[in-house]
Amino acid sequence: MTTLRISGVAASYDGRPVLHGLDLVVPSGTTSAILGASGCGKTTLLRVVAGFQPADEGIVQLGDRTVAGPGVWVAPEKRGIGYVAQEGNLFPHLSVGANVSYGLPRHARRAGERVGELLELVGLSPDLAARRPDQLSGGQQQRVALARALARRPTVVLLDEPFSSLDAGLRSSTREAVAQALAHEDVTVVLVTHDQAEALSFADQVAIMHDGRFSQVGAPSEVYSTPADRHAAAFLGDAVFLRGTADVGEGPDGADGAVVNTALGRLVVHQPAPAGTVDVLIRPEQILLRDMAPGIPCAEVLSTTYFGHDALVALRLQADHTVVTARVNGSDVPHTGSIVGLSVVGEARAFEHQG
Amino acid sequence: MTSRRGRSNPTPVTVVTASLVVAAVCVLPLLVVAVKAFDIGWGPAWDLLWRPRVGELLRNTASLVVLTVSLTTGLGIAAAWLVERTSLPGAKFWRVLMVCPLAVPAFVNSYAWVTVRPDLQGLGGAVLVTTLSYFPFVFLPVAAVLRGLDQSLEDSARSLGLGPWRSFFRAVLPQLRPAALGGMLLVSLHLLSEFGVLAMLRFPTFTTAILEQFQVAFSNSAGSLLAVVLIALCLGLLTAELLLRGTIRHARLGRGAARRALPARLGLWTAPALIGMGALTVLALGVPLGSLVYWFRAGSGGLTESAFDPAELVTTLWGTLRLALIAGVVTVVAAFPVAWLIARRRTWLSVLVERATYVASSLPGVVIALALVTLSVRYARPVYQTSVVLVAAYAILFIPRAMVSIRAAMAHAPEELTEAARALGDGPFRAFVRVLVPLTAPGALAGFAMVFIATSTELTATLLLAPTGTQTLATAFWSASESIDYAGAAPYAAALVLVSAPLTYLLLRRPDEEPAL
Repeated sequence: MTTLRISGVAASYDGRPVLHGLDLVVPSGTTSAILGASGCGKTTLLRVVAGFQPADEGIVQLGDRTVAGPGVWVAPEKRGIGYVAQEGNLFPHLSVGANVSYGLPRHARRAGERVGELLELVGLSPDLAARRPDQLSGGQQQRVALARALARRPTVVLLDEPFSSLDAGLRSSTREAVAQALAHEDVTVVLVTHDQAEALSFADQVAIMHDGRFSQVGAPSEVYSTPADRHAAAFLGDAVFLRGTADVGEGPDGADGAVVNTALGRLVVHQPAPAGTVDVLIRPEQILLRDMAPGIPCAEVLSTTYFGHDALVALRLQADHTVVTARVNGSDVPHTGSIVGLSVVGEARAFEHQG
Repeated sequence: MTSRRGRSNPTPVTVVTASLVVAAVCVLPLLVVAVKAFDIGWGPAWDLLWRPRVGELLRNTASLVVLTVSLTTGLGIAAAWLVERTSLPGAKFWRVLMVCPLAVPAFVNSYAWVTVRPDLQGLGGAVLVTTLSYFPFVFLPVAAVLRGLDQSLEDSARSLGLGPWRSFFRAVLPQLRPAALGGMLLVSLHLLSEFGVLAMLRFPTFTTAILEQFQVAFSNSAGSLLAVVLIALCLGLLTAELLLRGTIRHARLGRGAARRALPARLGLWTAPALIGMGALTVLALGVPLGSLVYWFRAGSGGLTESAFDPAELVTTLWGTLRLALIAGVVTVVAAFPVAWLIARRRTWLSVLVERATYVASSLPGVVIALALVTLSVRYARPVYQTSVVLVAAYAILFIPRAMVSIRAAMAHAPEELTEAARALGDGPFRAFVRVLVPLTAPGALAGFAMVFIATSTELTATLLLAPTGTQTLATAFWSASESIDYAGAAPYAAALVLVSAPLTYLLLRRPDEEPAL
């Protein structure tokens, strides 16, 4: 059981600094997702942890052991890390079985020990051991890559966008199998991804990276409902921003606390919240459509986008003609042009107003 | 994420050092010739160069290059278009036949033509024989491009309002330019270094003159000066090709498989096309093979006197193969670090190293040999007149052939795989042995075979550098044909053709890659 500690890590890619003093602790046996757009530096961070690339500054510790730091650089093969890359990177000249046992000592490789067991662990049939990697589907290749990484019983496993090259159906089933195998092995996991749903569903902790810095680190529900900044808010899912004025007093449900007055009425906001004119974040699923009634905000339905299980509804508020988006149940989509009443559930998040 | 290539990985010092050593060895001959020519001084140099003889050599070399390059380009492009883009019957068969002439060394071809037409001499004969020997150099790359060409480009041109002919000229022809230029450069460089054909047909060029100088007088200021002129011509051609090729890449943009082009219907032109291809095959392949058969029968029928000794053929064959084996291994080992550096670290240093090896090997064998003689006589007397110098010359001359194959193989062994091995507990050396070596082995083997064949049939440098008493197939053939023992030369010629035959397979094996010759 090993805690991964990253302290003040800075690194460059191709001579250009891409990581600027990152701190992250991944507690032993938990899973952290590093979420960020392409080119934000998240893969570089993973490569520094794996030892493929030196850090310019900072310290990487696995448990009590410093593997990278001032004057210290432990070769990748001596770090005891499992690494699964985007394309799996199976050795094309070796069979599946030889790939899985690649990292084992020679006698264990000869005896073919653990191969079947490891393939089963990742939800594959042991019969696949004799196949060539190119005879496997993309999802199977990724599972073999994980089995290969787990063969040496690493204490930390690094996953570099392992599902992004798979198509949607395969992605969720592979993710499920990988999550189960990792849970079974009880390892510390770092997942790098640009897919917010993947990060939120897979990890115990989500670190949002933007331009080589972590803009927020926290539990999935925390970063989703109370993002640290507008960028994180927009990156984690659909977001509605409204202009509002901070106020103090009673909220719509009679609860005390910080409230803001907006075109959608008086909303309770997460504390602490800035004063004066603010930008208020609401998630589309927080906006509920209801019958018109006196005193509640109402809006005209501009358009609907139907997804099956749910639908997004674009609405123009009658109060100030702001356009907002609401997520509604797929069985209950309003007609375009109709006028509906609106209410907001849950806390909103207020940010300082940006002109 | 496309930006994940591990360019921030530290580059292994051993690879860089080895590459620099290889590059240094490759450019050494160039420096030696330059220094030697410089030693002569401007005055004497001017007197040696400003002679009618030099003017004649320059005129001969230039007219040979211009005529043969024009003819090979025309023939190569026409044949490639017929084979790859038309309804010509038996295209696969013709494709093989168009590459086969490369298995007949040019000097064997000239011997065959002298058999058919003993009066064949001078510029006309030289152009005829070199054209028939070298047109595959243009055919191969142009055919590869035509085959890989995406029909949708022509379709796009058509949809933008161009007619079929204009879309061919504006969408297809420009894409052939780099391949055709590459082929033309290859033909020109071969012409500049050609010795056997031109000596046999008595058409003096710089290369034959240098060899003559060397054989007349060992201490050869005049030879060195001629070599400098030859080097200047080579560098001029390399630069011209670089400038004409430009920096535009003609790679396909966008993803997805290229759509294969529909063949053009020849219709009534089928018969003339077949006759043309047949005639070319007869001239380029039929004549040499026919002449070989003729001399075999003449020799075995006792119609001519021959000093041919079968035991000597066996010894020579064995000696040649052993030499080629050593040269092949040395060259592949030398090429490996350079290929790694070029494939993995595209920096100014790796480009410099690559260019150094290419420039050196594009110099005529006679120049390399001359420089190595000078070097070994002055600084390494013990290796003078040994196979060490000869193998070094082969390695310098043929390293690009090995490098191109290994480089292509590196694409099958991306750095991520080495990293995967490292993460699985392998140190750098074990990862090299367990991942890089097995994955690049096919490429290294192909490169080895190319060098092996080139070495077995090399004539010029071998004539100059082979230790006294050592004969190769090429030199044994040469001495027999020089003493007009054509029947005695035939078995050696046949052996040379047999040794070269796998070249055809090697060049057609991966038809979409640019060949290295």
